[in-house]
Amino acid sequence: METEPARRPRLLQGNQAIAEGAIYAGARFYAGYPITPSSEIADECATRMPRIGGVYLQMEDEIASIAAVIGAALAGAKALTATSGPGFSLMQENLGLAVLGEVPCVVVDVQRSGPSTGLATKPAQSDIMQARWGRHGDQSVIALCPATVGECFGLTVQAFNLAERFRTPVVLLADEIVGHMRENVLLPAPGVIAVLERAAPHGEPSSYQPFGAVEEGVAPLAAYGGEYVFHVTSSMHGADGTSNNNPDNAAARIRHLHEKIDRHRDEIVMTRAFDTADADVLIVTLGAPTRASRSAALEARAAGIRAGVLQLQTVWPFPAEKVATLGQRARIVVVPEMNYSGQVAGEVRKVLGPAADIRRVNRYNGTIITPGEILDVIMRPAGAKEDAAA
Amino acid sequence: MTHATGQKYLRPGVLPHMWCAGCGIGTMLGALLRAFEELEYRPADTVVVTGIGCTGKLDDYLLTNALHTTHGRALAYATGIKAFRPHLHVIAVMGDGDSVNIGGNHFIHACRRNIGLTAIVLNNFNFGMTGGQASATTPEWSFTSTTSYGNPERAFDICALAEVAGANYVARSTPHHGWEMQGLMKRALANRGFSLVEVISPCPTHFGRRNEMPETVQSLHWLKEHAVPVERYRGLSPAEREGRFPIGTLVERDEPDFNTSYDRVRARAAEGRPA
Repeated sequence: METEPARRPRLLQGNQAIAEGAIYAGARFYAGYPITPSSEIADECATRMPRIGGVYLQMEDEIASIAAVIGAALAGAKALTATSGPGFSLMQENLGLAVLGEVPCVVVDVQRSGPSTGLATKPAQSDIMQARWGRHGDQSVIALCPATVGECFGLTVQAFNLAERFRTPVVLLADEIVGHMRENVLLPAPGVIAVLERAAPHGEPSSYQPFGAVEEGVAPLAAYGGEYVFHVTSSMHGADGTSNNNPDNAAARIRHLHEKIDRHRDEIVMTRAFDTADADVLIVTLGAPTRASRSAALEARAAGIRAGVLQLQTVWPFPAEKVATLGQRARIVVVPEMNYSGQVAGEVRKVLGPAADIRRVNRYNGTIITPGEILDVIMRPAGAKEDAAA
Repeated sequence: MTHATGQKYLRPGVLPHMWCAGCGIGTMLGALLRAFEELEYRPADTVVVTGIGCTGKLDDYLLTNALHTTHGRALAYATGIKAFRPHLHVIAVMGDGDSVNIGGNHFIHACRRNIGLTAIVLNNFNFGMTGGQASATTPEWSFTSTTSYGNPERAFDICALAEVAGANYVARSTPHHGWEMQGLMKRALANRGFSLVEVISPCPTHFGRRNEMPETVQSLHWLKEHAVPVERYRGLSPAEREGRFPIGTLVERDEPDFNTSYDRVRARAAEGRPA
């Protein structure tokens, strides 16, 4: 076992902090395939896992990586994989099995610029919709988005907690800037952040229903190798985990996959608000552009404009209530994000309606959004033509 | 002494099974479950992982743990289970399309990694579930629903692939040789590294019908006449081997399996020896 070093701030990269967060949360299984800009997570896990009784497996591709993660999770592991856009695309089919099979696991996507190989080493936030809708079939998902190295650690711990609590895959949507940024962070001692352990089944093994309905929304999940023998399938299934084509059962299953997340939004949705109490201009953002947004808001305030920032730490399910509360009070809502299509801005538009003055700040050339760009958009007169940023 | 029936692993009320009359999956499943019984496997320590296709349906028949996965990926899921819980008996059961078409990459890497799984591959030379299309094992110039003029592509030899990719144990059998198949499965299950048993099977509904073997009996006769015990096969001249294939244990090695090697990684890590 590792000895506990004296607790002092460490200069850590975001990707290292993600690995630290995973281990803190109890992850003991990593399977992955190298890809920039996520590879440091694999490096860290390859070194650390064998020291703490865990497993690092380098698989033949990302399809196999997520499959191995799901297999290990069903054998009782807290398990993760890390990748970037191209690998995340390859994982989508098996991620769907984790959704339908209700298998807790964490997938880290350190987003880079696409489409395809794109700007392979440059940042983007263009997988937000892929995280939500990248798989075939109707389903819900949880996705978190860190903006600092500290959040890379903390939100990874929360990702595991939410995965266990709701028996669902959780996507950690980092980006190249956050993943490769280095900051001094003081990692919490064990026990400071609550770590949720998987609920174990009780009662007679012969009556165990791995997909039975329970009050809290999810049935306890046994582990292969224990006394509870169970089936998990990629096919539509009944409460006992064997395939079931009954239409009523199928409808109830699909409803359950959505409602177990929708009904617990208060436990899942995390946001941070900066100077929003009196905000006349609300900047809604996430990930790396959060810093530029906060700088822009401070500069706007210095110029007499009451600007504030709402940072979405949870992006899925979308924090609609928070955006509505703060957005309806604001005269202007600005949405900086590193994509062309306005993947977050579209959700903000859904919440605030067609009449709202929503201003997009989009960057899709592999470079960072600056405070000046955001400030320019804040200062633009209402009704001025919206021209897309670089 | 009574013979094993395998029935204790079979979910009550599931018979008769769904597979076509004459299909080899039932014979294969029976041999596998009897092998479980002879090895005294506990259902709680046993995980059967399946893919997609006719063979992929068999998890619903079992009282062991089971994981029915996506097309071609059964071995990757099974790898995660075995790597994390080495004491479990993990068996991946696949068809030819599952194992060496869409799952070909996972197949060779599971062999290379020599992870302690047992792969059972039911090879019926075509995609049965989707109506009899050509697969990577469809013999050259034979007929399927997508090779109406004959198959222009060459077929994989699954056992040869496993051997060169590094599997510890490789065997082949047919439903005509049910008793031997059961024995080969026992040896495969007992081997500590990656093990493969290929079961060459009739598909009277699709492949047989299109290739002058619409009756199961014809297919079984064909298997009987063309399958040659490997000890005898090795003595045949190239001309005599033409159109025949060896059955029995083709490869048996005792190379370290992944979990044994990973224990060495852990021992080195405990000594604090990163490169």
